[in-house]
Amino acid sequence: MMGETHEMEGATAIPLVEMRSIRVSYGGVHAVDGVSIDLHEGEIVGLVGGNGAGKSTLMKVLSGAQLPDSGEIYVGGKPAHIQNPRDAKAYAIECIYQTLALSDNLDAPANVFLGRELTQGAGSLDDSAMEDATRRVMGRLNPRFRAFKTPVMSLSGGQRQSVAIARAVHFNARIMIMDEPTASLGPAETAQVRDLVRQLKEEGLGIFLISHDIHDVYDLSDRISVMYQGRIVDTVHKAKVDTDDVLAMIILGKKPEEASSEELAELQI
Amino acid sequence: MSNQATAVEPPAAVIDERMAEVSLLTKLLRRPELGALLAAAMIGLFFALTTDEFGTLDGAANWTDVASTIGIPAVAVALLMIGGEFDLSAGVMTGTAGLFMGVMATEVGMNMWLAIMLTLVAAAGVGFINGYMVVRTKLPSFIVTLATFFVLQGVNLAVTKEITGTVRVSGLSTVDGFESAKSIFGDSFSTYGFRLSVLWWVGFTILATWVLARTRVGNWIFGVGGDPVAARNVGVPVARVKIGLFMTTALAAALTGIMIALRLGSTQASQGVGEEFQYIIAAVVGGCLLTGGFGSAIGAAVGALIIGMAFIGISFSGWDTDWRLLFLGVILLMAVLINNFVRRSAEGARK
Repeated sequence: MMGETHEMEGATAIPLVEMRSIRVSYGGVHAVDGVSIDLHEGEIVGLVGGNGAGKSTLMKVLSGAQLPDSGEIYVGGKPAHIQNPRDAKAYAIECIYQTLALSDNLDAPANVFLGRELTQGAGSLDDSAMEDATRRVMGRLNPRFRAFKTPVMSLSGGQRQSVAIARAVHFNARIMIMDEPTASLGPAETAQVRDLVRQLKEEGLGIFLISHDIHDVYDLSDRISVMYQGRIVDTVHKAKVDTDDVLAMIILGKKPEEASSEELAELQI
Repeated sequence: MSNQATAVEPPAAVIDERMAEVSLLTKLLRRPELGALLAAAMIGLFFALTTDEFGTLDGAANWTDVASTIGIPAVAVALLMIGGEFDLSAGVMTGTAGLFMGVMATEVGMNMWLAIMLTLVAAAGVGFINGYMVVRTKLPSFIVTLATFFVLQGVNLAVTKEITGTVRVSGLSTVDGFESAKSIFGDSFSTYGFRLSVLWWVGFTILATWVLARTRVGNWIFGVGGDPVAARNVGVPVARVKIGLFMTTALAAALTGIMIALRLGSTQASQGVGEEFQYIIAAVVGGCLLTGGFGSAIGAAVGALIIGMAFIGISFSGWDTDWRLLFLGVILLMAVLINNFVRRSAEGARK
């Protein structure tokens, strides 16, 4: 229904981030094979595809967890050099993983500030400043969050996700990568995380959303990029496709118009 | 009224739960060193009641001495274990350091202080190699440092025999700078014979506790030990933290070796073999988890105190010293079981 505005924006504005011809291979297998993708301010781009399609690997390149064999990354139109997660953070790129983002044995403030702790004179940690900052961000994101002093291992999935998102928000992320943010969450928590994602978009962040859940992606995204065996099948505006088209691309690895009627018919079974 | 409303932050709709403090017992149960402190009190009390010397200051000078030479490396091993790694070469490292310093001083003819400096540099190098290999190969540190253990043990014996013709390096007391070095590392500091190593032990424990609780590096050590992948993803320099921990462990072991060598004026090639397990036991008794991410430096120091008290207490009681090994095995097993239990009840107590 809408989306036209977006096309215009895409044509004129400089993308928040642009990845060009990214290639990654693991021992002869092209996990990511010449992929180009971009993301604008206040936009959510869904990244979907089957297992091993290369979604996560592509995003690891952007977050600095994986070095590409070739390809360029531009942030705000300028070439960006991302060698490790620290570099990515310097470009205001933050990653929310479902499982790998939190240190279970630390509490929420320690997790939010892990690697970027606040200190006061003599290099001593400023625990109360870190807790206050965490409370402030959390008050915005998830006002019911209370567990500031317990190790995050004893938190629920939704609370843990809140901690991970609070970290990104506190450090003024402009570009957020969310890898399966609602996997293993209950329905209520999923709804909570979805609201959070929409709120971040309102605030002008650009978000790459990786998900197996086609409804998650379809619900939240402005554009959807479908990956298949390391390549992008197509990037489509949500308004122009329905979930069946996206599913067909995920499974067949072809645009709907390229697929034969037999193949499409088979999918209907 | 509207201008008032905008100026005031909306009062948090709920009461800050910082006010609702958890009970003291729950808090205590969450401390890793609780079990060790209770055990130390019981063992101390037992030997103080059953033997004459144990409770005296002379007796205390004895058991604090043993505790300190175990405790200095044990505290470093605890940091390493919280960081999720092991070091089986720490015990032999005390011997390597003493021998290296001795050879530099007596055979090469260096001033004692220069020999000490070089020894520390060499130890840091060994620690670096341990850490670098673990980080690069991603092999378990158990295997990597087991290799280092045998390499160092072989070097200790073979090189010492090659140079001195015996299995010991002696004659340190005639070297320039021996007296001044001994007055810092080796002497006693009170009429009851308390060793300087006790002060080093206490100082190192305080330093390690401060680093763990109050510094960024301390936070990183817990993060790295809890989940290295998560820590790396948020930008913690995991490799540097781990290598630094291995170097700290090697340095602490070398410092202990230097102290023992200066105290005796000589070092045996077999010095330190097997003591790595005492360090690990002290750390585990003090609440360190074998899986990393949890533990305390004070706990390891208390663990070392328990071992020191038991070793000397067994001697004072007139029992055969072979019972020490049985004691080590029993307290290790008990510590692991109690830690398990305490942790589970502490987690249950969380809301």
